[in-house]
Amino acid sequence: MAGKIPIISTKLSTKDILDSWKVRWGINRMEYKVAPGLYGVGEPGEDSPVLVTANYKMTFDRLRKEISGVNAWVLVINTRGVNVWCSAGKGTFSASEIARMIAVTNLSWVVSHRTLVLPQLSATGVAAHKLLRMSGFRVVYGPVRACDLPDFLNAGMKATPQMRRVNFGFADRLVLIPMELVRVIKPVIAAYLVIFILNLLKIWSVSFSATLPYLGAIIAGCVLTPALLPWIPGRSFAWKGWLLGLIWAVAVILYSSPAMPSGWNKALVYFLILPALSSYLAVNFTGASTFTSLSGVQRELRIMLPAAIISAGLGVVLLVLNQFIL
Amino acid sequence: MKYLKNVVTLELDEEECTGCRICAEVCPHGVFQLINGKASIQDRDFCMECGACAMNCPFSAISVAAGVGCAYAVIKGKFDKGDVCC
Repeated sequence: MAGKIPIISTKLSTKDILDSWKVRWGINRMEYKVAPGLYGVGEPGEDSPVLVTANYKMTFDRLRKEISGVNAWVLVINTRGVNVWCSAGKGTFSASEIARMIAVTNLSWVVSHRTLVLPQLSATGVAAHKLLRMSGFRVVYGPVRACDLPDFLNAGMKATPQMRRVNFGFADRLVLIPMELVRVIKPVIAAYLVIFILNLLKIWSVSFSATLPYLGAIIAGCVLTPALLPWIPGRSFAWKGWLLGLIWAVAVILYSSPAMPSGWNKALVYFLILPALSSYLAVNFTGASTFTSLSGVQRELRIMLPAAIISAGLGVVLLVLNQFIL
Repeated sequence: MKYLKNVVTLELDEEECTGCRICAEVCPHGVFQLINGKASIQDRDFCMECGACAMNCPFSAISVAAGVGCAYAVIKGKFDKGDVCC
């Protein structure tokens, strides 16, 4: 029976590593998949543990890389190429999908035991007691991170409290920043096209240096707020982004004041637009974070969205008035 | 890291709890602790409403309006009703 099940390597190739970098920048991100099915690691036998995972290739690679030296089965279910936590949240990492894959792969004939190790973060989408009724397999929730799996298995499938906690440290946040930037690239290019056309038609001549304050506000919201998150005072992401945007606006005004043609007008434009822009971008990082609740995000947005729209709107009106009337 | 104060919808009915520990096991933020054989909420503000505890409680002792705390999805959901993908 085991002869038909592919044995996978626990070493990542250069291509695997390059591909995961591409995915971090949003390239081919939704098509980065492995085929659902049963795989073997090491020399698995009928007593070996069964580790269940998602079919996002980065998830699969993380898992196999961390379990070298372990003899185990890996049951990859179809989550449409989405990672464990997000697919559990969407309902694709579910008891019914696991039960389906158990049937498809004839798992009951491959192993003699009736235990599955699920990643802890799949618990959002899987009801363990229901899966037991559906499939006859008992669920043991494993650690959050694949790197703790060898210790977890050696300890007789016992997780320490530390293995059960989700962190959001500096490195965890840094790897997510490229996607934040990718999300704003299109609107930024569109804005530069508009400016280019306005210049070309001689309606409004805008120099590149005049756009730098706005690029800075984007960096404040997309890069600095995620990177400095725990050290910026306050709890609301919108507030944190607004604060960094405000500091940036002050810096821009102080730096450019001697050369500024129309003092307070331009300063007011910066105060109205820059913090609003970085606040909006910062609040979007809630989705990438590991500790924000839906109720909290809804509360933030109820205040932040209207405030940012009014503030930025007034700023744009003033900017146009500055240019053509005042 | 803690998010906003007094905002989450997590509720625990200690009458229904049998002390099976599954909530403490699945919670990624250590919100539950077992005290005298029953689950209790340690610090509600650490809850991110992922819903893992309520999903896995065999006795329906926990309720939470589960969802993903993602501003992008909330804003997008206001404009189009379809499936929002982060």
